[in-house]
Amino acid sequence: MLVHIGYNLLQVAVVIGFAPLVEGVLARLKEIVQSKRGPSIFQPYRDLAKLLCKDEIVSRRSSWIFRTAPYVAFTAPVFVALLIPVLTRYPLFFAFMGDMLGVGFVLAFGGFFVALAAVDSGNPYGPMGASRTRMVGFLTEPVFLIVFMTISLVAGSTIPYIVQGEWVRSSAAFFAPWHVLLVIAFLLLILAEDGRLPVDSASGHFELAMIEKSKSLEYSGRGAALMKWGGAMKLFVLLVVFLNVLVTPWGLAGPADISLAGVLLAVPLVLFKMLIFLVVLVVIESSLAKLRLFRISEFTGAAFVIAVVAMVSRLFAA
Amino acid sequence: MPSTSLLLSIEALAAGVFLLTALGTVAARQLLTCFHLFVWQSLLLSASAALLGLALSSPHLLAVAAITLATKTMLIPWLLRKTVHDEVYRIREIDQVLNIPTSLLLALALAGVGYVFFVEMLGGMAVPAYALVNLPIGVAVLLLGAFTLTVRREAVAQLLALLVAENGVFFAGIAIVPNLPAIAELAAAVDVPVYTLVVGLLTRRIHSELGTTMVGRLTALRED
Repeated sequence: MLVHIGYNLLQVAVVIGFAPLVEGVLARLKEIVQSKRGPSIFQPYRDLAKLLCKDEIVSRRSSWIFRTAPYVAFTAPVFVALLIPVLTRYPLFFAFMGDMLGVGFVLAFGGFFVALAAVDSGNPYGPMGASRTRMVGFLTEPVFLIVFMTISLVAGSTIPYIVQGEWVRSSAAFFAPWHVLLVIAFLLLILAEDGRLPVDSASGHFELAMIEKSKSLEYSGRGAALMKWGGAMKLFVLLVVFLNVLVTPWGLAGPADISLAGVLLAVPLVLFKMLIFLVVLVVIESSLAKLRLFRISEFTGAAFVIAVVAMVSRLFAA
Repeated sequence: MPSTSLLLSIEALAAGVFLLTALGTVAARQLLTCFHLFVWQSLLLSASAALLGLALSSPHLLAVAAITLATKTMLIPWLLRKTVHDEVYRIREIDQVLNIPTSLLLALALAGVGYVFFVEMLGGMAVPAYALVNLPIGVAVLLLGAFTLTVRREAVAQLLALLVAENGVFFAGIAIVPNLPAIAELAAAVDVPVYTLVVGLLTRRIHSELGTTMVGRLTALRED
């Protein structure tokens, strides 16, 4: 029991500790693809340290929402890390506190608060980004629900750990046509949800075209650090769900081995899986152009259709 | 020699991606994207036939795989490249009767119909698992291809949609008739390049006469 609580907290520590690294590796890989050298992969840590040391400036006109939003944005992924299989295949202490819908709700809660804070800041670009995020959000949420429900149908449970165990156990389900479709739909969702190309350019500096980034423009000092860190952790958590539950459910500490060494061994394996995925992500981001704003509905529409076809084929051809 | 169940698993995986490419042709806006999707789809069809052939140890299916590979991934793309005017490939946007989200939703309905109809039909019969994978996907792709053919206004895009529908028929066919007579496959292998050639040359002619290949807009006779 105590061991399980310990491992659960270890998972949270891994998410908090390695999320900036993933961001750094992603930035570096992108620069390498563009034939540049790019900053060190540890640059996000330095940025965070610098921002945490700096003073914070808050507009006199803004309310408590603006001041609390960074904390919500930081803690939401931390709570999610308690619920999902980051390192172990067996359910840990908090695993049954919330299911995959819970994961979705907690992430959506963080996103909602950040959007409110963007409106609260009074910066004209903030509300614009917030409303665009909501537009993308309401198009992607049905897809999230369908993907999660179809996955749950397979495992007969909505708890991420049990779903993960199911993929490991039955190779027939793993190779089924609808599994590929679900994986692709979820990949499109990650791109849309995390503000990646072709939906939003994460490295762009042009305010009028921003979706994701414009919401944290007004933050400085500690607030900016927490927003940045929270965003990195959100990507990390989404990747963990995508890789550990859906695409490559292997390499986690198994139920037979509950020693600390086994759990620690899972850390490099998970990071290695992420590295491979980041290369794929960089290829996607480097080969696609940004979509016009009203074309985003086509992108998410495609994700929706793929998810529903997956569900139909799961329901009828099982 | 890998085990039969592993081969069939990978075949199911290929079936999923095959369906995905068909959905891609419905959603794609650029002609060149459609073209590449068709080539990938043919490659998957060939892979699927090869895997089924290995799993069921049927030389006929291996022949189907080889013929598909030769005609659909090499000969037809080459023919299209040669016959159709270069300018056609530079079209950034394909002209459609319906907008993309609407056609995607209709495509979804069609794929659903493919599934529901076939599972109902096969309900009472004892069919092997691989047929239950391939048959609905093949029918769904046939319907998606036919639908794309209807909504596109551009000649080459219509031809590609027709070829996608043809791929769907074959995809369903290889699962239900493992011992397809080679003559049927050979006939199809000759047929498809011929109609690609004919449509390609016709498109070239239309393009040189009118400067466009929007056959969907050619609805009235001009008398002079």
